Amino acid sequence: MNAIRVRGLQKAYKGHQAVAGVDLDIARGEVFAVLGPNGAGKTTSVEILEGHRDRDAGEVSVLGTDPAKAGREWRAKLGIVLQSATDAANLTVREAVHHYAKYYADPRDPEEVIDLVGLTEKAKSRGGTLSGGQRRRLDVALGIIGRPELMFLDEPTTGFDPEARRQFWNLIKRLAAEGTTILLTTHYLDEAEALADRVAVLAGGRVVAEGTPQTLGGRAHADAAVRWLSDRGYQEIRTSEPTKTIAELSRHGELAELTVTRPSLEDVYLELIA
Amino acid sequence: MTTATLPGTLSLGLSRGATELREFFRQKENLIFTVSLPALLMLLLGTVYVKEPAAAQMFAASMIGAGIISTSFVGLGMSVVADREDGTLKRLRGTPMPFTSYFIGKIILVFVSSLVEAVLLMVVAVLRFDVELPSTAGKWLTFGWVFALGVISCSLIGVALSSIAKSTRSAAGVLNLPYIVLQFLSGVFIMQMALPESLRTVGSFFPLKWVCQGFRSVFALNDDYAVMEAAGSWELGKIALVLGAWTIVGLVLVSRTFKWSNTSR
Repeated sequence: MNAIRVRGLQKAYKGHQAVAGVDLDIARGEVFAVLGPNGAGKTTSVEILEGHRDRDAGEVSVLGTDPAKAGREWRAKLGIVLQSATDAANLTVREAVHHYAKYYADPRDPEEVIDLVGLTEKAKSRGGTLSGGQRRRLDVALGIIGRPELMFLDEPTTGFDPEARRQFWNLIKRLAAEGTTILLTTHYLDEAEALADRVAVLAGGRVVAEGTPQTLGGRAHADAAVRWLSDRGYQEIRTSEPTKTIAELSRHGELAELTVTRPSLEDVYLELIA
Repeated sequence: MTTATLPGTLSLGLSRGATELREFFRQKENLIFTVSLPALLMLLLGTVYVKEPAAAQMFAASMIGAGIISTSFVGLGMSVVADREDGTLKRLRGTPMPFTSYFIGKIILVFVSSLVEAVLLMVVAVLRFDVELPSTAGKWLTFGWVFALGVISCSLIGVALSSIAKSTRSAAGVLNLPYIVLQFLSGVFIMQMALPESLRTVGSFFPLKWVCQGFRSVFALNDDYAVMEAAGSWELGKIALVLGAWTIVGLVLVSRTFKWSNTSR
């Protein structure tokens, strides 16, 4: 059974169709990234899956349950990492993590979780005094304390500095390695490429492409650009058989500054949402 | 797969209450405005207006009534709006914690903060205005149930009204306006006898008048002072009836209108 199965999901706000027929299948243990520009329907879709929002139409099954009808036992299996929460400002990291652990039947050890997200040195600091990156790590701590089978991360690294992002990615990889199913939305293509087994691109409330980061939008089969420097300046040939092209070209001798490139995930993405 | 059962609603409620109190008393603005303001007002207004012991008794009683409405109606309403604004409610919605536990936590918060506020007020009243505290067990019993019913009914109405407010800033207006107006209509600042019939009638629809009347019955030097009430008696039965009715109205409103976030649905 898939962790998430969505068919024909729709949601409108005051005449504006935010989600216009989304289908998704996410396997257990998979890391799945939803990409898309602002207003593409990412957050609305995810909030429906989390049980935070009603839907207008469509079938939704999350861990075998319809989120609109789900109860406590179902919520106990989820880990939701909020996007912009500023709660627990007057609780210390330690107090908050220990408190949230009490909600679950079989929580992780709070001290281990604090250590896992790298907040051991900040354990006695109040939530309101943490930096942006530390604050998000507290959000992750509260999201994983209940040993979730499925985690939702909505634009988790927005506003992070590069080092904090790398640390965060390592944490997500670790959770994925433990078998947690992860659904993340993001603006960052490198993030999707680094973390996701599969990605879907949402635009205008629909899935416009789906696949692995390596094959999305026909990326693997796209023409390659072979580029080198000759006495007449830079030369470029677009070809579906770059190996053959280079073999022919190199018969005349060494090719200076030779490169073979395929469209980056960013090139494919920008074409898809255009 | 876990086979262990989730923690009970009551024990989670108690844990919520402890966390709520911890957060509440760590915020200076709560200590200053919510808990201490009524005592400060008592000190200021009392110094100006109170000329004789009987008046001090009545004024202290009314201020205690107004004070617990401030901690329950305004204070709790504000705290729910803040929970919605900062993501507390959204986070809790994503956990297996039942809504009832959240509410038990809030009731604990409101009872403790109201009690602290009332004790502070009584200390000021006794030390500065020589107010006599109730001397019989019966009076304290009345104090107890008026306090409990007042706190519960006004808490529920405050939470229900908090659904209207989009932010803590607008909530301050939504909650303080009725509170301040009702203080004038309910015999806190102005004796009810001095009000025109129409205003007195408006005031008598709301809990504040009845809470204050209940406390005045407890603090009055003797029962002869009941003639100063609008009906000429303490009307304890009616107090219980009105506050009970508001509690039921509040429960219905909260269960129908409660929102977990500003953007849900």
